[in-house]
Amino acid sequence: MSAPQPPHAPIQAVVIGCSAGGLEVLRMILPALPDDFPVPIMVVAHVGAASGGYLEDAIRRDCKMPVVEAEERQPVTPGIIHVAPPDYHLMVEADHTFSVSTDPKVHNARPSIDVLLISAAEAWGSGLAAVLLTGANADGADGMAAVKAAGGVCLVQDPATAFASEMPTAAIARGAVDRILVPGRFAPVLAALCNPSRTAELP
Amino acid sequence: MPWRSNSIHSIELDLVLDVLARRHGYDFRGYARASLKRRVSGLAHKLGCATIAELVPRILYDDALLPEVLAGLSVPVTEMFRDPQVFKGIRDQIAPVLATYPRINIWQAGCATGEEVYSLAILLAEAGLLSKTQIYATDINDMALAKAEEGIFPVKTIEKYSENYLKAGGTKALASYFSLGYGYAKIDSAIKDRISFAHHNLVSDGVFCEVNLVVCRNVLIYFDRHLQDRVLGLFDSTLSRSGFLCLGTKENVAFTPAAARFAPVDAPLRLYKKLAESP
Ligand SMILES: C[S@@+](CC[C@H](N)C(=O)[O-])C[C@H]1O[C@@H](n2cnc3c(N)ncnc32)[C@H](O)[C@@H]1O
Repeated sequence: MSAPQPPHAPIQAVVIGCSAGGLEVLRMILPALPDDFPVPIMVVAHVGAASGGYLEDAIRRDCKMPVVEAEERQPVTPGIIHVAPPDYHLMVEADHTFSVSTDPKVHNARPSIDVLLISAAEAWGSGLAAVLLTGANADGADGMAAVKAAGGVCLVQDPATAFASEMPTAAIARGAVDRILVPGRFAPVLAALCNPSRTAELP
Repeated sequence: MPWRSNSIHSIELDLVLDVLARRHGYDFRGYARASLKRRVSGLAHKLGCATIAELVPRILYDDALLPEVLAGLSVPVTEMFRDPQVFKGIRDQIAPVLATYPRINIWQAGCATGEEVYSLAILLAEAGLLSKTQIYATDINDMALAKAEEGIFPVKTIEKYSENYLKAGGTKALASYFSLGYGYAKIDSAIKDRISFAHHNLVSDGVFCEVNLVVCRNVLIYFDRHLQDRVLGLFDSTLSRSGFLCLGTKENVAFTPAAARFAPVDAPLRLYKKLAESP
């Protein structure tokens, strides 16, 4: 597979969305990122309302980058993995600080991947890379379409490798995709996108 | 709604907010933009507008539309005993102090459709405090206020809330506070009679009485830092000496100067106490 065409401006922020089966894939991708990863990462995973802190703990265990729960009015910070709090939607404002809301669920989910992606697409435009992984509903497809329309980069897990293929398949059906990747490829591709001097490392 | 560049979207949103503020006196310009944008887009869609800007003449000329617009911009999502550990915290850490007062005044700001204020009143009843308590429950959404005042909920939701009621330290059955019939549950008047519902706008209205506890959860998350600061100042001036403040579990007031007026009672639960006036 080739690098995104045409050569893309450096990525300034990454959003990763996943649902059923996502934790395993997150635990393949995030620990494989270099410890000097230069941009912020935001993670939305569909988890139950009462599961406070569980997701961060699971990711933190094997990550080199710091993992924190995203807090309203806090700046989105390079080099940090920000995890959406359970039972709230997470959004990014134009000044790259977080907002949360208790607005109704979207695609039966709160936090919703669409809600974060649509706000992040506005906040970063072509500077955003969006990653959509395994999941058993169509959350994320509208968001990926917004990222694509704003000129960002859309990376989708190969549905054949997904625990639940509906989510990546929905994004692909919308044409909201630049590259379809197997789990092991996300970390090197993200590292190259965020640090263009490393593009040469891409096979 | 078609995708538009960030700047066009922002201009459209500014126009709508300007009309609301200047024509109707409702100022949403200090709200956090990202979720406001979602709501305004949703409202435009619901009213059959092809663009956000098409809302402008509708809101400008059609006064009858205002309640629906306000309802659309202030989606009143709520539950009974949401975050049960917070209600348990109020029961264990605040109610014993309130119990020492001859009369208790409470302001619940942003009551939406009433689920939260009825939860609070039930908690106070079980602490033996409700009969000497007056609760003021306020919101800007009149449609939500009317529902709150009715106090009628689907029986199914009461069943759903029962688990959280028990986690909050509830000592009876939640259904025992309702009269049941035809799939609906109506809150008992013994609970409801202690609550006054009223329209109040945190952006533009002032303080209306002295209270011992302010409960305002999941409202400040919709405001920018500047407006958060104004509202916290309002709470500071409405609270009696050593009065208590309860905010939403994900609300982060660390960035607002007015937060220095409060000391945490239980920080994770967002329970605070007003500090004494500095001499
Ligand atoms: C998400 S609901 C929170 C309901 C409840 N406090 C809870 O946590 O379950 C937010 C409420 O704040 C109200 N609200 C928004 N702006 C307001 C304002 N300026 N003044 C008063 N209430 C406002 C909305 O109408 C809505 O009912």
